[in-house]
Amino acid sequence: MPSSRFVYITYIRTTPAKLWQALIGPEFTRQYWVQTWQESQWKPGAPWKLMIPDGRVGDSGKVLEIEPQRKLVLSWRNEFKPELRNEGYSRATFELEQQGESVKLTVIHEIDKPDSKLIESVSGGWPLILASLKSLLETGKPLEETRHWPKGH
Amino acid sequence: MPSDVDKVFKALADPGRRLLLDRLHAENGQTLGQLCQRMNMTRQAVTKHLKQLEEANLVATIWRGREKLHYLNPVPIHQIAERWIDKFERGRLRVIADLKRKLEGESDA
Repeated sequence: MPSSRFVYITYIRTTPAKLWQALIGPEFTRQYWVQTWQESQWKPGAPWKLMIPDGRVGDSGKVLEIEPQRKLVLSWRNEFKPELRNEGYSRATFELEQQGESVKLTVIHEIDKPDSKLIESVSGGWPLILASLKSLLETGKPLEETRHWPKGH
Repeated sequence: MPSDVDKVFKALADPGRRLLLDRLHAENGQTLGQLCQRMNMTRQAVTKHLKQLEEANLVATIWRGREKLHYLNPVPIHQIAERWIDKFERGRLRVIADLKRKLEGESDA
């Protein structure tokens, strides 16, 4: 079946432990992921939510696979834009792999459906968020553009 | 270091490899077989070029089922742009690029 997929690989000078904490820790995500944070028990099958600063649920799903410091797979549905929500569940995969003094981070966001609006939308957001994550871990500062939830969204 | 900037410039310094990147830009997520179509290159040469692009992190590959899919990874080019193209220059450069495109026609080459 034709699918839509976003793929991104970046090398971050950090450790798998720190990167893992930055991916799931609310005190980190609030800094580089436009003030959002995730709520989950972080166990296989546990519900997962991405919370927007004004209290809305941005996206939700389940933890499909979790291997701390190595791999996280989430099912992921947008909750606040009807045309995206109607596409149903996508899948987001985060893989961490130590390579020398860096960690190779692979992010794949995909849905079993061609020309997905959700994948188009996240393809615009992920590069900025992930560049900001890298900046935060390497320099202690996230990118300015990702510090606040975009107005009117 | 796979993100080494030398590797990125070396990888970009070949018209065949740039063509492969253009083809992925037009349609992301292709197999080796798809990328070999309409290429004036042997399958072996395409494989070698893709390996070099992957080592420079310009191409990301993932396995889905039995297929190895190739994706354009914009990270190194973004890093180059950030390093050398100042945010304030970008607007002016875009105006010049637009003007050049209008004067020369739409071709990217």
